[in-house]
Amino acid sequence: MRSRWWWLIAIVLAASESQAQSNGWNMPVGVTDVSSDIYGLHMTIFWICVVIGVVVFGAMFYSLFRYRHSKGAKAAHFHEHTSVEVLWTAIPILILVGMAVPATATLKNMYDSSNAELDVMITGQQWRWRYEYLGEDVAFTSNMSTPRAQISGEEARGEHYLLEVDEPLVLPINRKVRFLMTSDDVIHSWWVPDLAVKQDTIPGFINENWVKINEPGIYRGQCAELCGIDHGFMPVVVHAVEEEEFETWLAERKEAAEQEAMGVDREWEMAELLERGESVYQAICSSCHQAEGQGAPPAFPALANNEQLLSDVDWHLDKVINGVSGAAMPAFRSTLNPVELAAVVTYTRNAWGNETGDVVQPSEVAELIAQ
Amino acid sequence: MAPKLPPQPPLQHSSTAVADGQSHGHAAPPKGILRWLLTTNHKEIGSLYLIFSLTMFFIGGIFALVVRAELFQPGLQLVEPEFFNQMTTMHGLIMVFAAVMPAFTGLANWMIPLQIGAPDMALPRLNNFSFWLLPVAFTLLLSTLFMPGGGPNFGWTFYAPLSTTYAPPSTTFFILALHIAGISSILGAINIIATILNMRAPGMRLMDMPLFVWTWLITAFLLIAVMPVLAGVITMMLMDINFGTSFFDAAGGGDPVLFQHLFWFFGHPEVYIMILPAFGIVSAIIPTFARKPLFGYASMVYATAAIALLSFLVWAHHMFIVGLPLVAELFFMYSTMLIAVPTGVKVFNWVTTLFRGSISFESPMLFSLAFVVLFTIGGFSGLMLAIAPADFQYHDTYFVVAHFHYVLVPGAIFAIMAGVYYWLPKWTGHYPNERLAQWHFWFSIIGVNLTFFPMHFAGLAGMPRRIPDYALQFADFNLLSSIGAFFFGASQLLFVLGVILCIRGGKKAPAKAWEGAVDLEWTVPSPAPLHTFETPPVFHRTSH
Repeated sequence: MRSRWWWLIAIVLAASESQAQSNGWNMPVGVTDVSSDIYGLHMTIFWICVVIGVVVFGAMFYSLFRYRHSKGAKAAHFHEHTSVEVLWTAIPILILVGMAVPATATLKNMYDSSNAELDVMITGQQWRWRYEYLGEDVAFTSNMSTPRAQISGEEARGEHYLLEVDEPLVLPINRKVRFLMTSDDVIHSWWVPDLAVKQDTIPGFINENWVKINEPGIYRGQCAELCGIDHGFMPVVVHAVEEEEFETWLAERKEAAEQEAMGVDREWEMAELLERGESVYQAICSSCHQAEGQGAPPAFPALANNEQLLSDVDWHLDKVINGVSGAAMPAFRSTLNPVELAAVVTYTRNAWGNETGDVVQPSEVAELIAQ
Repeated sequence: MAPKLPPQPPLQHSSTAVADGQSHGHAAPPKGILRWLLTTNHKEIGSLYLIFSLTMFFIGGIFALVVRAELFQPGLQLVEPEFFNQMTTMHGLIMVFAAVMPAFTGLANWMIPLQIGAPDMALPRLNNFSFWLLPVAFTLLLSTLFMPGGGPNFGWTFYAPLSTTYAPPSTTFFILALHIAGISSILGAINIIATILNMRAPGMRLMDMPLFVWTWLITAFLLIAVMPVLAGVITMMLMDINFGTSFFDAAGGGDPVLFQHLFWFFGHPEVYIMILPAFGIVSAIIPTFARKPLFGYASMVYATAAIALLSFLVWAHHMFIVGLPLVAELFFMYSTMLIAVPTGVKVFNWVTTLFRGSISFESPMLFSLAFVVLFTIGGFSGLMLAIAPADFQYHDTYFVVAHFHYVLVPGAIFAIMAGVYYWLPKWTGHYPNERLAQWHFWFSIIGVNLTFFPMHFAGLAGMPRRIPDYALQFADFNLLSSIGAFFFGASQLLFVLGVILCIRGGKKAPAKAWEGAVDLEWTVPSPAPLHTFETPPVFHRTSH
């Protein structure tokens, strides 16, 4: 029995040595007041458990050693003792009350998302996050940027393997930011350990949480609630910056969004659409319909050589814009802009042996959405 | 595990009235497969349950090893995420519903009549039916792996809408399988309650019953209370999938979180269904090998009842991050913390039973002592998880995986193995090979800790559960866990070997196989004849 403790110590030592430079093996203290409160609660309850464990297991191993039958121990016959039993019922209750008080205070604080200076809508989608800065006209999706070749082992894995995205969520430090969280499909859970924010995103409902980051930096996390095939490939990256830097960034994003909106009205060349479409397809569509459009039937139909799809461009647009009710295909009308929608439909109709020659213009898509 | 037949001449029991009124049927039991299909004998049905459970333990274990093999190092090497999700789901479903629960029912079948001095279960034909539902249910469940779109891939907790709108077509079969398994559990529970309340030996009051009987009585009530809730929630899923309802779909006025409330209202009592009988087994074994009466018998009973009652009031601690209102978080945090009190009482009672005993370390005792220590470690992490603010960090990470595996593997499963080693002499008439059992114990305890202890660290460092691939900082923990899992899995072959050898032969066991044993089962010969206590025994109120 005692050998267990050697394993424990060996594992702790091995872990602490090899993990020293990264997250290590304990909960991070994090970079918000809430996260350090939670860390404090975690360590308090941990040490309480350690002390109780030492006392209980100490008494147990003492008895096991001292009263061995093989050493001729004679058994006593007592089998109850009221005052001892009352005592070991009462003492744990007191310890628990002592623990509940700070936990309650922390929880109340976590639930107070009033007086936020910035609202960010976080929407979980299979398998990416969409961020919308409410009232700022800035919104984008954030996809994992780790190449599939690293996952399959054809390429060497990078430092932030599986925890890197194409567009991180950018947040200002020292400002209370309120998160409004929902989902377009299944339940996801948005989690960044350093911010101590983990909240389920639930389709049809909006959850609230908030954060006030104390230090600039890049904080990484991932989806915590099983959400389908690519649950493991849905990282969260938060880039916390100084307040001025944030304002500059936000202004740039607004301008870019306006540029993009103007692009809807002009006539696009097929080559432009194909190029844009391929990047949209690989970021958004390929996790289900696969890189070469081969799909994964029956859940995810193939797009390459799909008769129904190729014969009817209106049907195709309808499914991409409005989704398929009762199936995994979401509606992309609000996730992707008309340029992206037109590009990805054009690309799908002209890739992997699909040779329809169809070109869908962003303006047509904008009209469809407006209907 | 099956008793050698016939252990006594038919003359002896054909002349005696038996509980189910079928005395003529016992004179010549059918031969071959029919005997097992038609048996109404509690010992034979108990053996069937145990063999079924052991088989499923290995099938579920192989699924776990597929998971651990994939997680051996970062990257996707062996399986696709889709199949990985099916493996984690099936591992959980099989272990919970087909390995742990039937094992306890098997032990109940074998031991409850023997421990209360009853000739058989109260409802023997129902007993046969409730067993044979299980192979049907789990053949159906396993067959979904070969259906188009694969088997269930949404975790054993099958949260909607991942398990409804987004589920593979086979989900309807999964629902049917779970319905059948649920009916089996309910029927088994009814039978156990009827047996305990009606068929105790004359003079045996409720507060004279061995704790295994007590804990099972309470467990059976839990089963009857919550299995219908499970049946309800999976029927709502069935309706959502096939009949256009929207119980769990906000677009139609439903609520995905409703699913979780219903599931965990079943699920949390279910957790205690898997541990209360284990408390009973350990409470029989520790006094036997400490040669000293169990300390605090009455408080053990009250603590068990308290845990069972509290189990209905804590379900939402599985849902601390779904966005419950603050008052709900506080209520469920406090009620969950409260469970530590009766659980603590139990641990203190076991330790005090050891104090000033005369302790020997046969294999049932080793597994029971390991149970006390490792279950308590699982209890500690449970207490940590109860702290709602901290749970925002722990939730859905490997810390949770470590926690519930500590209470289920060196908790429930070690207790089952302790029970098997303890009662094998009664079942087979032979002692299990002690040296083999000790090897099994030491390999198991190393394997189980090597597998599950590093998971605490992986979780605290930020690794979510149910992911097929992970960031590089979790690599070392996963490497250790995978090595431990294969080591643990392989060492369970020693258990099978030990059981088979014990059935085939070994040192002969007397009626009272262990020096310190006191309960009624030790008054019948070893191996226990097919029919026991046809005349009720005289119960002496000395055991407790």
